[in-house]
Amino acid sequence: MSCTEKKARLAERQEQWQEMVDKALARFPERKEAFATTSGIEMKRVFTPADVEEIDYNDEVGFPGEFPFTRGVQPTMYRARFWTMRQYAGFGSARQTNERYRYLLGQGQTGLSVAFDLPTQIGYDSDHELSDGEVGKVGVAIDSLADMEILFDQIALDKVSTSMTINAPAAVLLAMYIAVAEKQGVSSDKLRGTIQNDVLKEYFARGTYIFPPRPSMKIITDIFSYCKDNLPNWNTISISGYHIREAGSSAVQEVAFTLADGLAYVDAAVKTGLDVDVFAKRLSFFFNVHNNFLEEVAKFRAARRLWAKLMKERFGAKKASSMMMRFHTQTAGCSLTAQQPDNNVVRVTMQALAAVLGGTNSLHTNSRDEALCLPTEDSVRIALRTQQIIAHESGVADTIDPLAGSYMIESMTSEIEAKALEYINKIDGLGGVVKAIEAGYMQQEIGDSAYAYQKSVETAEQVIVGVNRFTIDEPAPKNLLRIKKEMEIEQLESLRTMKAKRDATAVTASLKELRQVAESGDNLLPVIVSAVKTYATLGEVCGVLREVFGEYTEA
Amino acid sequence: MDKKIKVLVAKPGLDGHDRGAKVVSRALRDAGMEVIYTGIRQTPEQIVATAVQEDVDSLGLSCLSGAHNKLFPKVVALLKEKGAGDVLVFGGGIIPDEDIPGLKEAGISAIFLPGTPTQVTIDFIRNNITQA
Amino acid sequence: MEDLVAGLLAGKVRPLAKAITVVENDRPGKRELLKQIYPQTGNAYLLGITGPPGAGKSTLTDKVIAKLRQQGKTVGVIAVDPSSPFSGGAILGDRIRMQQHALDDGVFIRSMATRSHLGGLSKSAVDVIHLMDAAGKDVIIIETVGVGQDEVDIVRIAKTTVVVMVPGLGDSVQIAKAGVMEIADVFAVNKADREGADKLLIELRAMLDMIKDKEKPKIYRTVAVDDVGIEELVKGIFAHGEKVVESGLIQKKITEKAESELRAYLLDTIMERSTNLASYHEVVKRVADKEITPMDGVDEIFAGLGLHGDENVEKN
Repeated sequence: MSCTEKKARLAERQEQWQEMVDKALARFPERKEAFATTSGIEMKRVFTPADVEEIDYNDEVGFPGEFPFTRGVQPTMYRARFWTMRQYAGFGSARQTNERYRYLLGQGQTGLSVAFDLPTQIGYDSDHELSDGEVGKVGVAIDSLADMEILFDQIALDKVSTSMTINAPAAVLLAMYIAVAEKQGVSSDKLRGTIQNDVLKEYFARGTYIFPPRPSMKIITDIFSYCKDNLPNWNTISISGYHIREAGSSAVQEVAFTLADGLAYVDAAVKTGLDVDVFAKRLSFFFNVHNNFLEEVAKFRAARRLWAKLMKERFGAKKASSMMMRFHTQTAGCSLTAQQPDNNVVRVTMQALAAVLGGTNSLHTNSRDEALCLPTEDSVRIALRTQQIIAHESGVADTIDPLAGSYMIESMTSEIEAKALEYINKIDGLGGVVKAIEAGYMQQEIGDSAYAYQKSVETAEQVIVGVNRFTIDEPAPKNLLRIKKEMEIEQLESLRTMKAKRDATAVTASLKELRQVAESGDNLLPVIVSAVKTYATLGEVCGVLREVFGEYTEA
Repeated sequence: MDKKIKVLVAKPGLDGHDRGAKVVSRALRDAGMEVIYTGIRQTPEQIVATAVQEDVDSLGLSCLSGAHNKLFPKVVALLKEKGAGDVLVFGGGIIPDEDIPGLKEAGISAIFLPGTPTQVTIDFIRNNITQA
Repeated sequence: MEDLVAGLLAGKVRPLAKAITVVENDRPGKRELLKQIYPQTGNAYLLGITGPPGAGKSTLTDKVIAKLRQQGKTVGVIAVDPSSPFSGGAILGDRIRMQQHALDDGVFIRSMATRSHLGGLSKSAVDVIHLMDAAGKDVIIIETVGVGQDEVDIVRIAKTTVVVMVPGLGDSVQIAKAGVMEIADVFAVNKADREGADKLLIELRAMLDMIKDKEKPKIYRTVAVDDVGIEELVKGIFAHGEKVVESGLIQKKITEKAESELRAYLLDTIMERSTNLASYHEVVKRVADKEITPMDGVDEIFAGLGLHGDENVEKN
């Protein structure tokens, strides 16, 4: 039977089948009038070969490790090595966090991920007025190199890769990491890890910005340049969609806005004279994985393919490594419920599985109690086990991109790609990401999606088990992790002590030099490294930069 | 004319997660209220000064960073100091159940946890504000 | 009430805030309150800032406030945002960009929704201006939505009206929009670092060249978010204000303003009293049933209000 004949026969069969469907509908209407994902993509009753007719396997799907990388960025993927199991952690003091890190490494975690508290993320010391009540709450408090040294006590920096979720002050924390490594006798070129360093999304989805966009982009390109020469194995940026999704965007918006940010960073770097084929291989991404299992799997494949094409077409990237999208994924925090928290283990499992089937390179699974507070040791162990069970017991890691070829998955992959590209073109039309942020474009889109979602939950159109259906009367949860009140006091005390001990003259001199370099426009990294070595605090270093670059106010 | 209910929605402290605050603001607007949203990174002093100038009936505080035990009571205390103790204060965010009694004692009239339908908040405000 | 008035006149924050609430919501005591403070008004410099959405008005206002404070002036701000036509509620978000002034005693910011007012500054907004004036604010900035007729009303109230424009929003269309050219005393081309700024400036100048009979408004380039051009803009605003005083135009403006307020109250009051008449709905029905014309309906209502109709009109 020829191709055309097959097609005709399929169409005929489908029409016949439709009669059967109509009879069934007459007896039993379907649960909804229309089925669609929150991105507005239709979930058809069935997907057939007709839906993937236009998709050329060789051009659009291809093989893992080859352009456009739809099936994955390595030829052997999990058959060689599982994804990195990297649980984000950090709270309280550096000492407490260090203990949690050593526990997790002992339990089989394969990479470190540092969560910093809000004052640290916003470049304030623990004794700043705005830090009151915030010290050590959402992550570890790092005021100076002294804290960083404690954080990595007994952890060999040439043996672990460390991801640091730090954006506006990323240069300073990176400098501290380099200094700690030096003290351990580890040279910079051996360091492996990532800094999030993605300031653009801060302005419209996360809120831990410091400086306005232009100087922030300058700091980022400084980091690209410095790492190219000194930390060749370090991922200089983790272009993030996770937070965009958490803020309420759809899957398509998550891909679109993340890649738009990525394009802005590449553009900025190229404009400073960096060669795309030199720095692009060190870009990495960070996505969310949410509940709609099938859409999420398709999302990851679409993102990889779209990025590869954009890098080739817009920046003329030639090396495969410049077009490969490597990414970390975290399961969706916003999907966790405070009600019947054990249900969250099930949610996280489904989400983690979707990320694995989507070919993620690294994964964090949330703990069941995170709608209430930071996870207890027990909860975080279950989250880690979830990944280990998927890896070792489910069999899905034994073959690469197993859902490829599914009519539904391939169709949806293409649709997400197309819709995301529409958004990217729209942002181009607005003059790029920075202008779009100033116009409040992403904020509006995200706000609209978030509101629509809330409405669908309140009408129970979107069922959330335990929240708007299948509820129970439950007692208040017990044994939650609490950060002791004393922690903030202890941190302030150790900050005071450290300041008393250090060489004040050296600090002053280094801050003076920092100001000069900031004003001159030269690369900031070397002078920041010198400054942190004198035990100048994070707040002091960022304070100088705040004075020179100004502070951003919400648009 | 029915007096419009004026609500201030504020984010004290350093927490930048504004999805909830924005969703609640829209829901209150759709319920016919006038909502002033301060944006993120407000000190308790800024929030109270704003509440006084805008002469709001109610104030909603959102905090997901765990700093609520420090910041929420501070806002209430300042409101009283400035003679605005009759403003109805409610809060939301990531707040463990065990903290709620303490917050209520400090003058926060209600805490709305994740999963609370916005209608509950709307009804609470309507039923509990003191309008002269 | 006495305490409120006394506190307000002494410049205290809470009495002013409370007084604004009384006035904005037509609370009992409003008439008395206005009566007491009205003689104390007329001293403040009223500055209107208007323009299309996206022009950056709030950010510009924020920077203008900062400049005025540097000059030692106290500032009152009314930030107007539209009410939802569906729910009657509103999100008043202009304040976000001015929060740096929240703790400055010399700055009082009040957000107001347009409520049911179909375009134009509501009477309440004007009454609020009176309150801030009586409270001693040196400058009162009215930042409006800037669509439709809003802009037109502002020109009768403000001493200087600044129209903020921004490149890239369909420039000639913006400019040609009825009324914008006439109401601007000063133009601010904001986000002037963007592409299209020069083009907008040229188009603006070309249109302004067509004004022959009066003083051409000056144009200022600003990049509000970077605090660029604000000093010149503020100078330009005060320069305009001086011209208004020097040329003797000020009395005309004061009279226009008074008339505009009077008319607004007149229309509102007549409407309110008419619709509250017992016979009102009956009259409506008779017009609907084609028993009488609307014109005659007015006469019936006026009769009900104890007003005489226009006896000079020939009854055809």
